[in-house]
Order: sequence, then structure tokens, then C-alpha cells
Amino acid sequence: MKLWLAQVVLQLFLALGLSPFVSGFIRKLKAVLQNRRGPSLWQPYHDLFKWVRKGTVVSQQASWLFRATPYVSFLTALMVSLMVPMVTAVVPLSYFGGVLAVVYLLALARFFVALAALDTASAFGGMGSSREMTVSALAEPAMMLSIFTVALTAGSTNLSFMVQAALQHQERFLSPSHILALAAMFIVLIAETGRLPVDNPATHLELTMIHEAMILEYSGHYLALVEWGTALKQLVLMSLLVNIFFPVGIGGALTARTVTVGLTAYVVKLLLLACVVALVETSNAKLRLFRVPELLSIGFILAALALASSFIF
Amino acid sequence: MNSEAIVVFSFRVCLSAYLAGFASSIVFVRRERVANFFGFSCAGIGGLAGCAASLCALAYGATPTLAVWPFKMPLFTFTIHLDALACFFILVISLLTIAISIYSQGYVTQYYGIKNVSVLAAFFNLLVFSNTLVFCADNAAFFLITWEMMALVAYLLVSFEHEESRTRQAGFLFFAMSHIGTGCLILGFLLLFRATGNFDFLAFHFIGASLSPVERNAAFLLFLIGFGVKAGIIPLHIWLPEAHPVAPTNVSALMSGVLIKSGVYGLVRVLWDFMGTPPVWWGITILLVGSVSALLGVLYALVEHNLKRLLAFHSIENIGIILMGLGASLMFSSFHHPVLAALALMAGLYHTINHACFKALLFLGAGAVLRATKTKSMEELGGLIKKMPWTAFFFLLGSVAISGLPPLNGFVSEWLTYQALLQGFSTTERLVRLIFPIAGALLALTGALAAACFVKAVGISFLAMPRSPEAESAEEAPSSMLLGMLVLALACVMLGLFPSTFLPLLDPICQGLLGQAISARVIGGNGWMLTALGLEQGSISTLGMVSLFLALLPLPWVSWLLFSRKAPHSIGETWGCGLDRLTPQMEYTATAYSKPLRMIFRALYRPRRQVEADFEVSRYFTKSIRFETHIEPTFEKLIYEPLHRAILRASQRLRWIQAGSLNTYLLYIFITLLLLLLWEKIR
Repeated sequence: MKLWLAQVVLQLFLALGLSPFVSGFIRKLKAVLQNRRGPSLWQPYHDLFKWVRKGTVVSQQASWLFRATPYVSFLTALMVSLMVPMVTAVVPLSYFGGVLAVVYLLALARFFVALAALDTASAFGGMGSSREMTVSALAEPAMMLSIFTVALTAGSTNLSFMVQAALQHQERFLSPSHILALAAMFIVLIAETGRLPVDNPATHLELTMIHEAMILEYSGHYLALVEWGTALKQLVLMSLLVNIFFPVGIGGALTARTVTVGLTAYVVKLLLLACVVALVETSNAKLRLFRVPELLSIGFILAALALASSFIF
Repeated sequence: MNSEAIVVFSFRVCLSAYLAGFASSIVFVRRERVANFFGFSCAGIGGLAGCAASLCALAYGATPTLAVWPFKMPLFTFTIHLDALACFFILVISLLTIAISIYSQGYVTQYYGIKNVSVLAAFFNLLVFSNTLVFCADNAAFFLITWEMMALVAYLLVSFEHEESRTRQAGFLFFAMSHIGTGCLILGFLLLFRATGNFDFLAFHFIGASLSPVERNAAFLLFLIGFGVKAGIIPLHIWLPEAHPVAPTNVSALMSGVLIKSGVYGLVRVLWDFMGTPPVWWGITILLVGSVSALLGVLYALVEHNLKRLLAFHSIENIGIILMGLGASLMFSSFHHPVLAALALMAGLYHTINHACFKALLFLGAGAVLRATKTKSMEELGGLIKKMPWTAFFFLLGSVAISGLPPLNGFVSEWLTYQALLQGFSTTERLVRLIFPIAGALLALTGALAAACFVKAVGISFLAMPRSPEAESAEEAPSSMLLGMLVLALACVMLGLFPSTFLPLLDPICQGLLGQAISARVIGGNGWMLTALGLEQGSISTLGMVSLFLALLPLPWVSWLLFSRKAPHSIGETWGCGLDRLTPQMEYTATAYSKPLRMIFRALYRPRRQVEADFEVSRYFTKSIRFETHIEPTFEKLIYEPLHRAILRASQRLRWIQAGSLNTYLLYIFITLLLLLLWEKIR
């Protein structure tokens, strides 16, 4: 019980601490790739601290929903980060909800953020909200199908068991179904975290943005919660990708040694994935909104093929 | 008093209360207030008694049989059998009746002096009465009589506001479609009667094995169409989005919540109880029909901006989700996996009660909005969360539940459906292994689109600025209406947080139909968790999620206290791109909200749009603009219109038979009789 509680607290702080770093790392790397110096790696932390200390301005049109949403979105993302494997295969709260619950809890956070975007009567909010819900709805089947592929081979939707199954069958790394599912999941990751070529996290140009348009009216403490929640969601999705598809180095049990090795491996894998994301972002232009469904249907087809090949090969 | 006696007693009270409600409303036909009070109070009492009877029967496994009509007649016995399946559906209808009759006390006051409320109250009682009997009739003839009575009363209620031609048309469409369904049911029951020589449901039990394959399959198709019309599966759904919105809202809630479930009840009764082990293609058909209904239902809902029609399309979607569970269960039965079949059946039935609760809640919320603003169009609403905070809260809660989001009840049953579909992989049949995950992916798409649709519904109707003077001057609903909604909201929360308390009630059904009671295997972690037949295969704990949420709540709160509390906080204008103030015209509309999806799925919608604008000086200075957009009703156009034309053409050709002379008709009858006698002789 004590060990479990310690693990919960440690994973909580790991997620809280690491999530802004990953965002900052991608931002820095993109700047370097574009021959800019870019902001410091610690900029996201400075931003969060700045927002927390600043006052808030809330629209006079907004209702209680607008004020409640940052809490819902932040806390849900935080809750989910306790349900995914990070350092070891022993996930502290894996029994509270497996991979399906993770997807649905993230959907809950999105539901409230999209509502809050409409609450201020700003047309930007409405536009962002409409686009976000569209893109995420189209990403959902690809995400579920690639998750199913892994869950079905593992025989479980519990993330602890899924990682352990992946650890025991490392030969599956190069199987066609695994690679196809990974590709599908990567497309979903790009879409769900609002990265190029689906969304552009760096602009505030109303015609291109999706996620940023939704949270335009937030400020101060609320903005900090929303942004941290977004960073946490990104970390959760990236952790799912690296730990389910590449469970290299992840510890099967809880000992001092596996935790050290696991933590190092986890951070290295995350940063590698962040490099890939930054590369994709730098080398692609933003897609027109109505080309995004094509990208996502490619994701769906890849996932369907992954599923089919999982029992053909 | 033993449990069986309690069940019988409270069930008699339940039926008598509905009849008393009917009678008192008729007696006080000229005194609307009295009729309203007595009529709906009796319905509420009946609902309470029905809940007590069904809960007691499910919990203690009592399955009493009652005779309604003491006289024996050949073939027809008017008996009621309260078995587990019947009790479960009676529980659903009784629960909804309690909430809706409380709500109606306040809701119908808007009709005083305009429409006769006594008639509404009388028929409402009669509808609940006949629908309750449908669930427990134990004889095919009795079943068909109650079924027909239910359809008739529902028709009368749908056409309650018959001054509008749209309402009359919707009522007639409902009536016609309903009878196509009943026709199929009669043929289906006659097929079964041929094998048994008896109309009793008891005689039909597992009759499927003694039928020839042709008869079996014909019966399956007849019952699928017959019950499918009532359930509103696509493509038999066309009456549903017309009839549900035009009925008074308390009736719409009952119709969407329970009436369409009588189709689900019928399917379960016939396919599980009567047919025994089904061929594989039955399950595939139902799974397919379910997936298509779920996906198309939500897609049509997305482009709908009439709040009640939107909810009606979501009923089609949810019936689809229920059928996905049932289809999976049938397929597992065909492959002899009774445990998995029980899991899938449980998922479907749990979604049935969940959908009843949140859909009725949403309809009641929409009714409160309609009463306050006199408009169903979302484009004229807005800002209601400030004028009607409680209604808005309940509608939001219902929206979270129907979108299948944790921790409410929609999530629990969708999770069970996912798990049932995923368990299909443990079978060895390749077909199952491919179909089930694809169905699961469609379910995911459906869920995500439903969430998008309800962000639109809540966001445009309740948030931001009012878009019309009616919305501006809206007032909160009276407390009786809020109380009715509260009952259903509590039901949604309880069914979501404590599934381990309610799932065991489904055990007697699975035990009776499939010989497997599995709730003990689904519930784990001392009742805190729901598992997929074992903790290691996946589990959720909605209660755990809520506790965790509350446990983490101090974190942002502490940060607020430490850093943000002293900073200056202010209320300001929404940024209007440099304009000095926003007007409601600048807000995002429901049409605009669904535009991306309308574009993406244009192959289905075939949208037509028409823009007329008057310009001044150049086309950048619009004086006035008129925008119209239409969605093509694909099924009406592709199936029903050609069918309609063909029937009209055929009847034109056959008109010469109807000469209008009585003698000719008598001749027809005589010839028919002769032919029949000859046929009998030859045979």
C-alpha cells in the first residue's frame, strides 16, 4: 500500500514535471531545424509560472462552465497520466481504467474545452470548437482500431498487461501488424496533439488554428491549467506510443534498478519521438482543413490492415 | 407475504393506477387542472408500483403468472407472465413514468385553455398501460392486441397538436409504418403457430429447432422487420424523426425512452427465447443493421438543428448501439460461447435502460426549453444557461451521458459493448475476429460524432448570447418539471457510478435465456470495478475515477491560493476583432458548427445550398443575405419514393376490380370461399 501510494505520487510529479519539458523540447528542436535559436528549453515552465501569477479576465458572456472547464480538462489529463505506463509496466491505477477509459477520459476533457470555447460568444471559439470536434471524431476510429490491434494480441485492455505482453513477445516488433498499427497511431498522435500538418500550434492566425482558437479567451490561472492539461495529454499519448510499441527498457517489477533503467529509457524514447514529431512538423506544410480527413482515413486504413494482418501473418 | 405475492400485488396496483388515471382524466374532462393532477399523479403511483414489482421480481427471482381474463377461450389466453425479461423492461418504463408524470404536472399547464389536457393525461395513462402489457403478455394474440393498442394510443398522442398539417402528416406516417410492422409480426406469429398449434409464448420456447431452415429464416426476417420498424432501425426509421418531435414533449420522452424499446424487447423475446441457437448470419445481420443505424443516426443528427428532431435521430443511433450488443450476442450463441453471449446481451440490455434514462432526460430538458422559448430551432436559442441554470445543468449531464463519456452511465454500457466485441477475438472464427473490431471502430466513430453533436446542441442552445428575444426573456421551468428531470439525472449518475449494484439484476435474464449468470464475473474489486470477465482482461471503475478526481482537486486549488488569489481578476468583453461590441449575429451558428462534417460526409448528405444576397456598391457590402441549405433524405428518396410510386401505379391498374357494386363484391367473396374449399379438398 505504501509502495503503491509512493508510486502514485511519483508518477504524478513525473507527469507534471515532464510534460512542459516535452513541449519545450519540440519547440526548441523545430527552431533549430529552421535555423532559429528558439526559446529556452525551460520556457514552458516560465510561461506556466507567469500565467499562474497573473490575473484573469473572463468574458462577461461566459457562464460557470467557462470557469469549471480548466479544472476538468487539467484534472482529467492528470488522472489519465496515472493510468498509462511510464517508467515501469506496473501502472499505479491501471485497474481504474484501461486503454479504452484513457481514450474516453481524454474525450471528456475535449468535450468540456469545446463547450467552453462556445461559451464566450466569440466566433473564433466556435470555429475552433467545430474543427476540433470534427478532427478528433475522424481520428477516433483509427486510434481505436490500432489500439484494438495491440489489445487483441495482448488479450487485455489493461495497460499494465498490455505492456507486459509486449515485453514477453519482443519478436513482434517487426511484425507487419505492429508496424502498421504504429504508423496509424502516429498519425493519430499528430492529429490529437494539434501538430502540423493538421493544426499549427505556433500561430495565432485565425484561419489556420484549431486548438489555439478554442482557448483564445482564457487567461491567467485558467490558461495555465488548460495549457498544462494539453501538455499532459500530449505526454500521455506519446507515452502510450513509446511504451506499448517499444517497451524497451521498461521495468517489469518495482525495484530501484528497474526504476532507474526504466526512467532513463523512458526519457530517451520520449525525446526520440519528440525529434520525429519535430522533423515531421518542419518538413510538412499545413494541410487544408478538408484535406485532413484524407490523412486520417489513411490512418484508419493502416489500422484496419494492421488488424487484418495480425491474424493472417 | 412471500416475494411472489408482493410482486403480484404491486403489479396489480400498477395496472389499476394507470386505469384509474385514465378514468379520472375522462371523468374530469371539462376540468383540466383536476384532470392533470389526478391523471398524472395516478401515472406516477403506477410507475412507483411497477418499479417495486419489477425490482422485487428481479432481485428475488419471482416469476409469477396472472390471468387477466378469467374466461377460457380457444387459442387465446389472456395471461400475464412476469419473467425476468418482462420485469426488466417494466422497470425501465416504470422508472420513466415516475419522472415524466412529475414533469408533466408542470409541463402541460401551457396547454390550459388551448388544448384539452384531460385527453392528454388520459391517453398518456393508456399508453403506459398498454406498453406495460406488451412487455408481459404471455400469448401471441394478447401480445398483438396490446401492441396494436399501444400503436393506436401513440398515434393519438402524436397527433395531439393536429392543427398543424406537419403533425398530421407525421402521425399518419407513424400509423402507416407501424402497421407494416404489425403485419409482419402477425405473419411471423402465424408461422410459429403452424409449428405448435398454440399461441402461448410458453409453447414457443425454443421452437426454433423444430422449424425447417426456410421457416426459421422467414420468421427471423419477418420479426426483424416487424420489431425493427418500432425500434426505428435504418432503413425502417423514417417515421421516427417525424413523429417524435411533433408529439407533446412528455410523450416524446416516453416514446424515445421506452416505446421504441418494445422493438428491442420483441427481438430479444423472439430470437433468444423462441428461436434457440441461431444461424451465424442472423447475428451478422443484426450487428450490421446496428452499426449502420448507429453511424447514420448520429450523422443525420449532426446536421439537424431542431432540438427535438436531433434527439430523435440520436434514438436511432442508440438503438443501433443496443443492436450491436445483441448482434454480437447472437453470433457468440451461434459459435457456442454462452458466457460471451451473456456478456454481450448484458451490454445491450444495460444500454437499453441507460438510453431510456438519458434520452428521456434530454427530451424533458428540450421540453423545458420549448416551453420557455416556444421554439425548437437551436439557431434562435442561446444564453439559456443563465436564464434556466437547472435545466441547462440537467441537459449538460444528459449530454455527457449520451456521448458515452465517463463517469456516467452511457460510458459504462458502451465500455461493456466494446469489451464484448473485443472478446470475440478469443474465438477462432476469422470472420468474427475481423468483423468485431471493425464494428468496435465504428462504435468509436459514432461515440465521437455524438460528442461533437452534443457540444453543438449544448453550446448553441444554452451558452453564449441569446439569439432571439424569446431566448432573451426565457424563464426557468417550474419546480415540478425540474424535479422530474432530477429523478432521471440521479438515475444516470447512479447507473454510471454503481453498475455493480444494478448489473446483478440482469442475471436472471441471462440465466433464463442463455443459461449463464455472469454478473459475478463482471464485477470485481469488491464491487468497485467492472471487469471484462476478469481483472487481467481489462477493468474500469467509474467510482474510482470520481474519487480520484476529487482527490486531485486540491492541487490546482492550492496553486490558486498560493499564486493567483491576490492577482487582479476582472470581467471584460469578449474580443471582437476590433469592433466595440459583439452582437448575437456574430456568434457561431449550429449550421456553421456542423459545416466541416457536412462537407466531409457530403456523399451521404448531398447538401443543396442557396444564397441570395443584395449588394450595395460592391459585393463586399452586403445589404441583406438569405441562406438556405437542405439535406437530401437519402432513404426516402431511394427506397420509399419509388415504392410509393409503384404501389400507386399498381393500385391504379387494379381499380377495375372495385366497381362499387355490392353484388360484385359478394361474388368475389363467394369465389374466394369456393377456391379455399377446393384447396382444402385437394390437400
